[in-house]
Order: sequence, then structure tokens, then C-alpha cells
Amino acid sequence: MIDLIYLTVLLPLIGFAINGLLGPKIKNEKVIGVIGSGAVGISFLISLGIFFELLGKPAAERHFIVNLFQWIKVDYLNIPIGYQVDPLSILMALVVTGVGFVIHVYSIGYMHGDKGFWRFFAYLNLFIFAMMNLILADNFVLLFLGWEGVGLCSYLLIGFWYDRKFENSTTADAAKKAFVVNRIGDFGFLIGMFIIYLTFNSLRFEEVFAQVKLGGIPESTFNMIALFLFIGATGKSAQIPLYVWLPDAMAGPTPVSALIHAATMVTAGVYMVARTSVIYASAPTIMMVVAVVGLLTAIFAASIGLVQNDIKKVLAYSTVSQLGYMFLAMGVGAFTAGIFHVMTHAFFKALLFLAAGSVIHGMHEEQNIQKYGGLKKYMPVTYLTFLTGAIAISGIPPFSGFFSKDEILWYSYANAGFAFWLVGAITAMLTAFYMFRLYSLTFEGEGRFDHHHVHPHESPKVMTVPLIVLAILSVIGGFIGIPEIFSGSGGNQIKNWLDPVFKPANSLLAKHGAHSHFEEILLMAVSVAAAAGAIYFARFVYLKRKDIAESASLKFPGLYRLLFNKYLIDEAYDKAIISPIVKVSDGFLWKFTDVKIIDGLVNKTASLIESFASQIRKMQTGVAQFYAVIMVLGIVIAFFWIMASL
Amino acid sequence: MTFTVHDLISLSPVLLIGVGILATLIIEMLVKESEKILGWFTFVLLLSVAYLSLILLDHTALVFEDKFLTGGRVNIFFFLFSFGAAVVSLLSMEYIKKAGIHFGEYYIMLLSSVLGMMLISGATDFIMIFIGLEQMSVCFYVLAGFNRRNERSLEAALKYFLLGSFATGFLVFGLGLIYGAVGSLSITEIVIGYETLKTSPLFLTGTLLFIIGFSFKIAAVPFHMWVPDVYQGAPTSVTALMSTTGKAAAFSALIIIFSPIIQAAYPSFFTPVISVLAVLSMLYGSIVAISQNDLKRMLAYSSIAHAGYMLIGLAAWNEKGVSGVIFYLVAYTFMNLAAFGLISLIEKRDLRGTEFSDYKGLGFKQPVLAGLMALTMFALSGIPPFAGFFGKYYVFLSAIEAGMTWLAIVGVISSVISVYFYLRLIVVMYFDNSDEIVMVTPSTSAMLGIMISVLLIIIMGVAPGSIINLINSTF
Amino acid sequence: MLVEYIPLFLVIAFAIVFAFGTVFSSKIFGPQRPNPEKLSTYESGVQPVGTTHERMSVKYYLVAMLFIIFDLEVIFVYPWAVQFKKLYLDPSVGTTAFYAMLIFLVVFEIGYLYVYKKGGFKWD
Repeated sequence: MIDLIYLTVLLPLIGFAINGLLGPKIKNEKVIGVIGSGAVGISFLISLGIFFELLGKPAAERHFIVNLFQWIKVDYLNIPIGYQVDPLSILMALVVTGVGFVIHVYSIGYMHGDKGFWRFFAYLNLFIFAMMNLILADNFVLLFLGWEGVGLCSYLLIGFWYDRKFENSTTADAAKKAFVVNRIGDFGFLIGMFIIYLTFNSLRFEEVFAQVKLGGIPESTFNMIALFLFIGATGKSAQIPLYVWLPDAMAGPTPVSALIHAATMVTAGVYMVARTSVIYASAPTIMMVVAVVGLLTAIFAASIGLVQNDIKKVLAYSTVSQLGYMFLAMGVGAFTAGIFHVMTHAFFKALLFLAAGSVIHGMHEEQNIQKYGGLKKYMPVTYLTFLTGAIAISGIPPFSGFFSKDEILWYSYANAGFAFWLVGAITAMLTAFYMFRLYSLTFEGEGRFDHHHVHPHESPKVMTVPLIVLAILSVIGGFIGIPEIFSGSGGNQIKNWLDPVFKPANSLLAKHGAHSHFEEILLMAVSVAAAAGAIYFARFVYLKRKDIAESASLKFPGLYRLLFNKYLIDEAYDKAIISPIVKVSDGFLWKFTDVKIIDGLVNKTASLIESFASQIRKMQTGVAQFYAVIMVLGIVIAFFWIMASL
Repeated sequence: MTFTVHDLISLSPVLLIGVGILATLIIEMLVKESEKILGWFTFVLLLSVAYLSLILLDHTALVFEDKFLTGGRVNIFFFLFSFGAAVVSLLSMEYIKKAGIHFGEYYIMLLSSVLGMMLISGATDFIMIFIGLEQMSVCFYVLAGFNRRNERSLEAALKYFLLGSFATGFLVFGLGLIYGAVGSLSITEIVIGYETLKTSPLFLTGTLLFIIGFSFKIAAVPFHMWVPDVYQGAPTSVTALMSTTGKAAAFSALIIIFSPIIQAAYPSFFTPVISVLAVLSMLYGSIVAISQNDLKRMLAYSSIAHAGYMLIGLAAWNEKGVSGVIFYLVAYTFMNLAAFGLISLIEKRDLRGTEFSDYKGLGFKQPVLAGLMALTMFALSGIPPFAGFFGKYYVFLSAIEAGMTWLAIVGVISSVISVYFYLRLIVVMYFDNSDEIVMVTPSTSAMLGIMISVLLIIIMGVAPGSIINLINSTF
Repeated sequence: MLVEYIPLFLVIAFAIVFAFGTVFSSKIFGPQRPNPEKLSTYESGVQPVGTTHERMSVKYYLVAMLFIIFDLEVIFVYPWAVQFKKLYLDPSVGTTAFYAMLIFLVVFEIGYLYVYKKGGFKWD
């Protein structure tokens, strides 16, 4: 079964090929949808089979490499197309194909009637193909291939409705922004890869990590590698300072936002840090940087989310914030907790996005939450599932978000200190607040839409069933990671599962002093209470006393405008970086260097050679005797030359 | 002199083609309208020879009183000749009908020339090389003038014959001098006595004349003057044969005689001469090709330039260089076959229609042909991921390894210049337009030949490593 | 090394001097009294008719060429015939000598038949 891992990569590629090449000919939406979803669904089943096979083996033997063929071989650089099957990669594969499959099915309903229906499914399958390469790769280059591949798909899908307006510009601009910002991160990732190759003479995980464990390499080298890889991760996973593309990525269709920009692709950075955990564990300074960046991103994005009015924007900032949590987990050495949160977040964030999509679908493409209200009686399934997701993300037990978030908060307290916990807990509170602001404004209260023209309706089954599936997962998904204080020593299933992968990293990290169970339960109680309080407060403000919200925004107009305009970061980037570059490119590089110097030089040389050519072609007279003379001349010269050099 | 079974098996590609020639003769005299079946007969025969050469790759044998070698590198050449000629026979079938030269003798000549090439590439004795060369050349003279009602074709044949005999004269003179110095024409004898021979003016002059004789065949400047006229005048399918496998055969002779000699002593005495030939050929070919208006003539000059690139590999003379040259020859063969095949399709009944202006707007009128042509031009100009790029890459790499970076730099400059005229055709095809209608009905056989060539160009560009490994394994 | 070739160069030099010398010395030393009779092609023979550039039928060349080819090829048989006994008794050659010539003759014969069938020997 494990040898079949390549099928999980190949099937989506085949799906992409069929839909991409024959899509316009097939035309039938059902066929296209079944091919697209089926490819991912079978991949999921295969991953599941492999998962159970791994489960049947002893923990130490759960690691396989399936080599397919030689890809690149230049001197010492030896890159195979090889897939690595271990607890971490198979868990990610399950999440990607599982959530991916659900979202594919949902898309059949959501994209119904779109003229680019086949294109959409082709891109989605291509995305799954690239993402599977990313998580299953057994070397950095193949990982990078997937990394770039998902970036490409993200670009294609953000700009999917290339002819539509998005905010002040077009979706194509949003796609371009995502691509360029990601490129900056990729540049860092590439440099990190170069240094790895320079240091270890290999780019295969096994070989590199084995050498790391041997030691003997200065910490400064590890710092460099870890830092540059992290720059790559900040681009892909939307962390400060490269997070700006993710909110704009909402220009794409909502299933895309759910799959790529919430559940899977954006967690690639987290996955990469987890995969290279040995390197990070060898660079404690950079771990601290990761933790701080994650923490700042978490609270920063959460604060922006408080005042946004676009339903998808709120969710987008929420994603950035939750990704911050994951990096916080990585930074404080809680790799398992981070991956656990990746998983639960994939469930409830995909759920929230899909439910939001269902709302947008039912409200005739309206995305402003100020124009919603009282939708729970029109779309009961969407309402219930959204509520589940909101509770899960707010961290209320026993929903899944509680377990993973609490695990992260506990480790940041235990490994990094009280301040980290405090900021994290405040972020959790803010999260609960804006989620229930969103929920209240959308589903409860009076309808604020135009009742004559807008008739909200529940979405078709093909869309609601995926919602229900994800809602169930959001509820029960956390039980695989029940903290040891409740489940007893060794009772945390996901920890046991992932332990072999992170063992080398954990053994490198310094152990902190033991903490009492009382501390842990106390902190847990405080954060849950804070979240519950925030939920109550949000409901109170947005359902009963709307005047509080208005007066608050009037009282602190500066703060409100700062938050509403997202701290003006986009504008600052534009002023400080983008327009100077555009000016230099336009004025100097193009109009002077390119046109005058390069083109001028090229054209001059070309005309010179051409005139030269038209002169010497006259030698070709057509007279055979003359040809013979030239030959003889050549022979004579060669002859004398040889004689002279004797 | 007795033959063992192993010898016979090893020789079977050569024997098969010999028997095949006799069979074509018999078919030609006994069967009416034999030309109709001879084309496919030739194709199948050559294909089986190519197949035999490949499967007998490790059947090394020294036969005919140690005058002929088979197996290994020789069989790679066998394959190249027979497969290239097979593609040519595909391209010819319709073309010679169109040109009004649909005679069975065409195929007999084609097969005989291939036998000549095989004799060259397997020779271990100068006499054998000479016999093979003459057999090949005489067939080429005849084929060049095959279109006897066309003045240009006759002119080409006559010029080729005159200058070719002239060059052969020098070559034979060189052989005489070598015999005078060594007392034998066997290459093994030369290797044995190389320590004393390498200072003998007689031997060196002889070898120089030998090199010059073959420089004529590979069209290196300044022995190239016949090339544009002959390539343009000869029937296009014949040009395809001459410019590809014919050139490969000449290179195989150069590789044979240098290989043992230089193994005995490096650096080669002739490295400067070959370098100069290479530089002159590359630059002259690339520069003069710019000002051509006829496509066949342009390709003739480009073939001069390509000969220059390949000479770099010979000048560098290390293992990389030789395998690079062989790779280049294979790549070049199929690029040129594709190009000439396409030209022969677009050529009109009166054998006009090979000028650049005839290709105006072809991209819209004949999208498939134009697309293939564009791909071939990209490959010829050395743009990855096509075969041409890796040919140049290996050859330049060998020069750098041999410490002749300057040669590689000249090569790169020349490649840059050459991009101009290759892309010019693409510009003409896609950016110009004319109202003239190009009526082309590509025949199945010709399209098959072109598709095979194009496929090989792409495969060699995508997976050059496996092919260069195959070539390296024969050393 | 080149010293060995001095006689050769001497012969070449002598040939050049002799050739040019005889031609030009007769011009210099001989008395020159031309008249039409002396300048005609055959001073005491038949009067020439027409030009020397006579057109020959191409068939003549064809036959001549074929004759030369087959004539030359058949010459191979002579040394073979002379040496055959010796070759045959040589154990390293043996019957190979016979079969080699047989193959040669078969090839040769096919060529001959080809020419015959194609009408290479037909005069009209």
C-alpha cells in the first residue's frame, strides 16, 4: 500500500490533465465535477489506507521513502523524485486530500453555471497535485517544486474571475500582488536552500538531518538557514511583514479561499518549519524570532478583524491571526501542538469559509455583513454549521479549537514565559469577539437587506453536506489531542503519533522546569472564561446595544480608522517600496538603460554584422575555378603553418 | 582470413545493407514501376539495419584482415547513418515524384551511399576509409545531379564533382605521404610508431592533407565554397542526406584517425589548425547566413557554422569532446532532416519556393508546418529544451575543460549571431503576411519522417543525459 | 631530412628548364619565315574538313564507360587465379578464397544483368 503513495500525487495530475485539456469539450458540469472530485477522493482513500498501514506498525518503523525516478543529477547534486511517508506527511496528506475532497464537492454546487467551470476544477486538481508534492517530498527541491506549484495555482485561482472588479482594482491585480509577495518569500527560501546545499552537500531531508544531528556545524550557519527558510515561510503563510497578500486573495471564488487560503496552502510554511524542526532546534535565536513574529501577527491581525465589514475579509484576517498561533507554537518548540492546530484549523476555517460562501451564494453575491442580519431562519444548515465553526475557533471546550489552541498557549507559557501566554490569551479573546460579532450581525437580529430584491435561500445539498461533514470534524477533531492532564500520561494521541518525527528536534531543545497541573488548569480556565466573556460581550453589543459599538467608534475615531484601514500597511508599502521601484524601472531601467543602451548596442552590432555579411557574401561568385583557388590557398597556408611550427 | 559466426553477426548491419542493395537492383530490373515499392523497401531495410546496429552495440569484432571494426561507437554511427537515411527515404517518396525524378535508381544510390558511410566509420585502415569515402561521394555526385533536366541541379553536381575530386586528390596525396612515412596504412601501425612519427614532416604533412580532404567533406572554411551552390542546387531530399549523414560520416573518419593518435600523445599537434578551422567556419557560416534570401542556402551556411561547432569538440579532444561531437552529430542530423523535410514539402513543383518571401504568413496558412518549422529553427539556434542546445553545451564544455575557453566564447558569440537568421524565418512566418496561397498537401510518409525527427529533437533535448551516457558507454 | 630530396628537386628544376628552354630557344634561334602553306594543319596531307569539335553520340560514352568498368573489375580475377592454388592450400584461407571470388562474381553479374535489362548495350 505504501508504494502506492505516488498515486495520491498522480491522480490529481491526471484529473488536471483531463479537465484542463478536454474540459471545454466535455462541457457537462457533472462529469467534470466527478472527475475532479473523484481524483482527490481516491487520493484520500489511498492516504487513509496508508495511514492505517502505518498505524499497524511500531512507532519507530513508521518511516518510508518511495523513490520513483532520478530527476536531476549533476555532480554531487542528486535529486530524486521520491516521496516520504511518515506520520507527519501522512497526517498532512489526510488533511489536504480530505478537506480538499469536501471542498471539491462543495464547488460543484458553488461554481454551478460559471463559464470557467472546467478551468476551476483543473486548477483545483493542479493545486492538490502541487500540495501533495510539497508535503510528501523527501528533498528540498521537490518540496520547492510543490511550493512554487501551489503559488502558481493560488495566483491562477485568485485571478480566476479575471474580468471582475475587486475593491479598487481588479482580481488580476490581487493575484499579481499575491504572486509578487510570495516571490519575495520564495527568494528567501531559495537562499536557505543554497546555504543548505553549501553546508551539507545534499538537499535530501534524510541526509541533511542526519548531518545536523551529528553536530559540528556552527550555530551561526543554522541561524542563517533557519532565518532564510523562515522568510520563505512568512511569504507563503502570510506572516508579518509579508501577510498583505492574503486579505486580497479573497478576490478568488470562496471555495478557493477555503481550500488554499485557509485550510492548506497557507499552512505550508508551518509544515516546512515542522519538517525542518531539527534545523530550527539547532538555532534557538531564530526560534525566538519565529515565536515573536507569530505572536505579533496573531494579535495584529486579530485587531484588524475587529472592525472589518466584509465577511470574507474578517475570515481572512482571522486566518492570518491563526497562522500566527501556529508559528508561535513552532517558535516555542511545541511542534506537535502547531501541527495539531494546522489540522483543527483546516477543519473549522474551511467550514467557516464554506459557510460564508453559502451565505454569499444565498444573498446574491453580497459580502457586506452590515447588509445581512437574521439569516438563521432562511438558511438553517448554514447557520448551525457556521455557529459550530465560530465556537470551535473561539476555543470553547469541547470543540476542536479549544484543544489545539490551549496546547499552544500552555507551551508558550511553559517554554517562553507569561508574557507570551498573556498576548496569546488576549488574541484568543479578540478572536472570540470578532467571530461572534460576525455571527451576530449575519445570522441574528433583524434583516438589514432589501427584502424586495433579496430573497435569502438555503444552498443546495451538494453544498450543505460538505458543511455538515466539516462541522462534525470541527466538533470531534480535537479529541485526538486531549491534554495529558485529562487523559493521563501517554493519552494524547496526536502527540504519540507525531513524536517519532519531532524526537530529534525535541532532544536538542532545552528542557524547562516542571509546572504543576494546577497552573495548567488555571490558565486553561482563564482563557476559556475570557473567550466566553468575549462571546457574551459581542452578542450584547451587536444584538442589544448597537449604540455601544457606534459610540466607541466615535469616541476613538483615530484608532477606529487605523484599524479599519488595516494600520495603513498597504499604503505604506506602496509609498515606501512599490512606487520608488516603479519609478526607477520606468525612468531609468526602461527608458534609458533598455532603450538607449541595450537596444542601441544590439541594433548597432546587428547592422554592423549585416553590412559585413553582405560584403563577404560577394566572395561566393559561383565560379568553380575560384572555389578551387580558395581551397588551394587554404592548403598552402596550413602547410606552411605546419612546416613553421615543426 | 576466415569468418567466425560472431564476426558475421557483428557485420550483419553492413552485410544486410549490401544484400539489400543487390535486392534493390534486382527489383529495379525485374519489376515494372519498381519505384513505387522501392521507397518503402528502402525504408524498412534501413530501419532494420538501424535496429541491428543498436542491438549489436556490444558486439565488437575486428574483421577483413583487421581492416574493419564493428561494435561500440562504430555501431552508433551505423545507427545514425541508417536511421537518418531511413528518414530521408521517407522524405523523398513524395518529393521525387513532385520533382519528376521518380526513378528506382534514386534509392539504389541512397543505399549505396549509406554503405559507403558505414565503411568509413568502421575502418581501421586508411585504404578502407578511402574506399568508403569514394563510394559515398560518387553516390552523392550522382544524386546531386539527379534532376538532370534542372540546370541548377546539374551545376551542383558538376561543381561538387570537380571540387570533390580536387579534394580527394589532396587526400590521396596525403595517404601517399603517410604510407611513405609509416610503410603501412594501418592505424595500429601508426600508433605503434607514433613516437618517432610525430616529428616526421612527411607524416605530419600527410595527416594535414588527410584532414584537409575531410574538411572539404564536412564543409569547414576555407574548404566550404562548394557547399552553398551544391546544397541549393541539389534536390532538397538529397541535400538533406548530404548535409546530415554525409557530414557525420566525414566526422567519423576524423574521429577514427585522431582517436588512437591523440590517445598516444596530447596536446595534439593539429589542435591549432583545427581550432582555426573551427573559428573560421563558425563565424563565416553564421555571418554570411544572415544575408541569404534562400532558405536552402541559409541552411547551407548554417551547416558550415555547425561544422565549426563540432570541430571545437575535435580541437578540445578529450572524451567529453568526442562524445559531444557524436551527440551533436545526432542532434544536428535530425534537426536538419526536419528542416529540409519541411522545405521539401513547401517547395513548389518547379522547385522554386524556397525563398524567405515564400514563407510569408505561413504561420496562418499552414499552422502545423509552420509550428514544426519554428520548433526546428529554435532547436537549430540552440535554444533549450531542444537537442541543439545540449549539442553545443557538451561541445563547449569540452573546450573549457581542455583549457580552450576562448574557443567556447567564440562559439557562443557565433551562436548568438546565428539566432538572428533562424528567428528571421519565424518572424517572416508569423509576423508578415501575403495574399499568395500556399497549397501544400503533406504526404503521410513525409510527415512521418518529419515527426520522427522532431520527436527525436525534443527527446534529445529533454533527456540528453541518457543519450550521452549511451555514447560514453561505447568508449 | 630534406637533404634526401635534393636529387628530386634537381630533377624538377631540370625538367622545368628543359621544357621552357627548348620551346623558347627555337623561338629565339630558329629562322622565322611563315607562309600559308606552312601554317596549315597538315602541311602535305589532306585538307581538313569542318571543325575538330565533332559531336559524338552519348551512347558511345555509355558503352565505353561500361566497357572500362567491367574490364577493370574483371582484372581482379587474374591475380586471384594465379594465387588460387597457394591460397587454397593455406589452411588459414582454404575454401574462403573460392567463396570470396564467387560472391564477387555474383555481385558483378547482377550489375551486368542490370545494365543489360536497362538497355545499356542497345545502340538505338
